[in-house]
Amino acid sequence: MTQETPAALKTDQMFINFGPQHPSTHGVLRIALTVEGEVVIKGDPDVGFLHRGMEKLFEARTYPQALVLTDRLDYTSAMHNNLAYCLAVERLAGIQVPPRAQYIRVLVAELNRIASHLVFFGTFGVDMGAFTPFLYAFREREMILDLFEMLCGGRLLYSYLRIGGVSADLPAGWTEKCREFVNFFKPMLGDYDTLLSGNPIFQSRTKGVGFISAEKAVAWGLSGPALRGSGVNYDVRKADPYCVYDKLNFTVPLGTNGDCFDRYYCRMREMGQSAEIVLQCLDALSGAEPTPGEVIAKGVPKMFKPAAAQAYSHVEASRGDLGFFAVSDGGLNPYRMHVRGPSFINVAILQEILVGCKIADVVAILGSLDIVLGEVDR
Amino acid sequence: MGIVLDNLSKIENLPGGGIALATSDSLINWARTSSVWPLTFGLACCAIEMMAAYASRFDFERMGVFPRPTPRQADVMFVAGTVAKKMADPIIRIYKQMPEPKFVIAMGGCANCGGPFYDSYSVVKGVDKIIPVDVYLPGCPPRPEALMYAVIKLQEKMKKMTVKGGHGATPLQAAGSRKLV
Ligand code: SF4
Repeated sequence: MTQETPAALKTDQMFINFGPQHPSTHGVLRIALTVEGEVVIKGDPDVGFLHRGMEKLFEARTYPQALVLTDRLDYTSAMHNNLAYCLAVERLAGIQVPPRAQYIRVLVAELNRIASHLVFFGTFGVDMGAFTPFLYAFREREMILDLFEMLCGGRLLYSYLRIGGVSADLPAGWTEKCREFVNFFKPMLGDYDTLLSGNPIFQSRTKGVGFISAEKAVAWGLSGPALRGSGVNYDVRKADPYCVYDKLNFTVPLGTNGDCFDRYYCRMREMGQSAEIVLQCLDALSGAEPTPGEVIAKGVPKMFKPAAAQAYSHVEASRGDLGFFAVSDGGLNPYRMHVRGPSFINVAILQEILVGCKIADVVAILGSLDIVLGEVDR
Repeated sequence: MGIVLDNLSKIENLPGGGIALATSDSLINWARTSSVWPLTFGLACCAIEMMAAYASRFDFERMGVFPRPTPRQADVMFVAGTVAKKMADPIIRIYKQMPEPKFVIAMGGCANCGGPFYDSYSVVKGVDKIIPVDVYLPGCPPRPEALMYAVIKLQEKMKKMTVKGGHGATPLQAAGSRKLV
């Protein structure tokens, strides 16, 4: 995508601050752009405007208290953060999670993936100048939030998953409502295609823009749809299954071209797969097999001291491979908690792919990586 | 004019119609309260709830709340999220770019007092440490309905404003206590 400015049209170089207050940076990212006419010749992402010292705060909280902080990392998919954290602590302390809780965890994680991708779909449309998809996306998202609200009372940040299981079993009538939602949602994916994916203006703004080759994607350590858009088949749910993913039947959508459109479309198809997983979990939960009511491991105390050890667990969050590395020194609080945030690693590639693109494409490329600044800056 | 006449408290209809008398305060405040334009500006998790407030179910626009991407056109700033120390300077700068009269709603625990990050080394414990705040909205995150309530509270405050004494500023501003150092 490198475009040469004809020598006769050479203009002065200009420095532009893109952000930290800009509607299209999805938060407080700043990109320092050097442009020549319309063409970007240098783009440096500047992070840290939302640095909350999260990893240090983990050290000042007990294990169950620290769960609340994990919600606030990637706030559009809080369930995944809860899940990755709980898995790491459970591995550290050797806690077994009852099977019913495992199904519920997968169920809510996939619902949250849909909700998170819907935010992406809506805001990416707004970035590309289409406002209507935003309204559709948020209409469906509100339905998922209603379901979560029934579960735990929270709309955005749930802390529903607990160390050892989940905080409560599914309330009465929840399964039916959830099924109703999935049945309503599946045909909507077709509507989204007619609304946005098939739109010629949208396609010309995203196809062939922000190309990332498979090698480059791997070299920069991308994960999630940003990686799979380039055709690399890596999904933690398949590569290193956790909870009950090995018992579920789903495919991992892949892109071919590695451009903005493919990354976008990967997410759209992932939503369909998530809906299938939700249905499978609902089926599994409706029988008597994973005993109803048994949703949290027995005998996990309010405060506990895992033996001095370290543990790492990762999950496939909405934005990629999210990992927690927990180190215990035998005390009440974690000695160290490191977070491998996919957004933070995905944002780094901007400095390479922004070079040579047009100014208007910066928004498309940034949007297609779908970063959440809470996770980038932590 | 129907809406105007219904909503203005201090208004007199002259016989014969065609002319209505109102105090400039009530007319200006009516206009001001029905077009509260916030800055499109989100910091953290609370910003997602702010977005939800603009979207289908809550439809903020029916209250005249219509987001503007530039501070030059904005009346109110929703500080929706955690104010990190690195972000403090840009926030002051954005605030200064907004035209008078301007208002600030601190949305969420973080903007009020640091919230869950009360003991963090890199978080400003409340946006009121750096800019004046008109409405404090608690919650983590506050629901979109709560944000609407905050706007209603702000409108109530606006209705008490008077143009006497200079520049149509809030009483606080007129007294000079809103001056930024
Ligand atoms: S108050 Fe809560 S939801 Fe709002 S920004 Fe702070 S941590 Fe996030």
